[in-house]
Amino acid sequence: MINQISVFLENRAGQLADITGTLAENGIDIRALNIAETSDYGVMRIITNDSEKTMEILNGAGFIASETKAAAVAVPDHPGALAEVLKYLAEASMDVEYMYSIFSQLEGRAFMVIKVKDAAAAEKLLSEKGIYIAKQEDLDVR
Amino acid sequence: MKYYQETAECMPREELKKLQDEKLVKQIKHVWEHVPYYRKKMEEAGVTPDDIKGTDDLYRLPFTSKADLRDSYPDGLLAVPKSECVRLHSTSGTTGKRVLVYYTRNDIDLWEDCCARALTAAGADENDVCQVAYGYGLFTGGFGLHGGSQKLGCLTIPMSSGNTDRQLQFMADLGTTILCCTPSYAQYLAESMEEKGAGGDIHLKAGVFGAEAWSEEMRKDLEKRLGIKAFDIYGLTELSGPGVAYECEMQQGMHINEDHFYAETIDPNTLEPLPVGREGELVFTSLDKEAFPIIRYRTRDICELSAEPCACGRTFLKMCRPRGRSDDMLIIRGVNVFPSQVETVLLDAGYTSNYQIVVDRVNNTDTFEVLVEMTPEMFSDSLGRITEMEKDLVVRLKDMLGIQAKVRMVTPKSIVRSEGKAVRVIDKRKY
Repeated sequence: MINQISVFLENRAGQLADITGTLAENGIDIRALNIAETSDYGVMRIITNDSEKTMEILNGAGFIASETKAAAVAVPDHPGALAEVLKYLAEASMDVEYMYSIFSQLEGRAFMVIKVKDAAAAEKLLSEKGIYIAKQEDLDVR
Repeated sequence: MKYYQETAECMPREELKKLQDEKLVKQIKHVWEHVPYYRKKMEEAGVTPDDIKGTDDLYRLPFTSKADLRDSYPDGLLAVPKSECVRLHSTSGTTGKRVLVYYTRNDIDLWEDCCARALTAAGADENDVCQVAYGYGLFTGGFGLHGGSQKLGCLTIPMSSGNTDRQLQFMADLGTTILCCTPSYAQYLAESMEEKGAGGDIHLKAGVFGAEAWSEEMRKDLEKRLGIKAFDIYGLTELSGPGVAYECEMQQGMHINEDHFYAETIDPNTLEPLPVGREGELVFTSLDKEAFPIIRYRTRDICELSAEPCACGRTFLKMCRPRGRSDDMLIIRGVNVFPSQVETVLLDAGYTSNYQIVVDRVNNTDTFEVLVEMTPEMFSDSLGRITEMEKDLVVRLKDMLGIQAKVRMVTPKSIVRSEGKAVRVIDKRKY
């Protein structure tokens, strides 16, 4: 499982620049990013090279952030590969709350961050089906 | 003992009216003769003491405002020579010059009676140990309840506020039964008690809490956590201090000490007196103060009076807990809205966050938006949950105020602050 950080965003110009700027100043590398929004606010989810430090920096700068666990799943680079992964989760009645891809690639595989209620259970299920689950080292994150 | 002064507290209404009429005539004569400031205001309004034959004529007298009191600093409203005064108290002065209030020996005596009535109504008598954890000093809270408690014969502990460990230690070691302090300090004491696991050694039975706005939910919370019955007490330094009104065992409003203070409610916009039972701004006239009489003082507190007979036997009118202040009342789509009500809704929903009310007028309709700063406790990774939280607040606001609000979560510290205090209301409407 990997550590994902969610940050509260108010919909106003400059918010994203503020957050990413703060992370940049502190040498934090963003490995994956996803934004969900309504008309008034949003939630930014990021995977960084150092989740603990990222939390410290964001809290210290007055942002509202929380840490959650997500599954990082390797998806082979061919049509239908993602559908297969999702089918396994659906069969096990594991609801995908949201998902997004990770920038880095490894040996021709793409990585998806998949948020389900129980990340550990999802990882166990998918590895039993022969799907590779990324380790923190694979993605150079912690 | 059920009443401290049964004859006064349970006096038949007609008799009380007669007493008030007589006292008012004297009080007006007193200010006319001894306070040039009041005399001038009366002359400007074309009223003389001869026009005031009783409380029915009160409406003819001009109001006294906080500004009048400030203008008269330091002793412009003093009605007796300083040599007859034995005490001085003062308001906190956060919004301007301090207001100084003087007391003769008799003024102190009557004030302490009022506080003794409040403590008795909360179930106290000479067997009780009363811990006074209001601040002592220029603030009237500490000395007021202290005087009342001592007069009643309680073993009175002048703790003042602060030093929580010692407060809890004394409660346990001395067997304190009555706690007097602000409701927020009572909450703090309850928390500390829980943290230290000190509850087992503490046997409080009642709390007399005032000097701050609090809610029925807070009462229930304090009663549960401290194992007490919690009573509200109302007062203003300008009138004397705590004890202008006090709650009885029915806990349904505060009896006004009407033999010493005459209460009216007025429409804060037209300044017309309102009948008992109609919500308005509370106005008080002292009836027997010597050093610092006060005529038709506008408290800015919004509440309503009730003449419903009370099961406790007291005949004094009751006032409800103030619902807000007339100086920060907003009228949105014709409905009175107080920032304190919004605060109550947030607290009831479990949020202690900063908020701001933004009112505007778009297409001839008032818009009402409540911004709430997100806190780490409120934040969730899921958009759905944040939206649900907003919807829940909209429903709660509608229940409390009767109008639809838009709730918007904002980032911490994004609400404008002025000198450290959050700006609670932004009214962009043009009139």
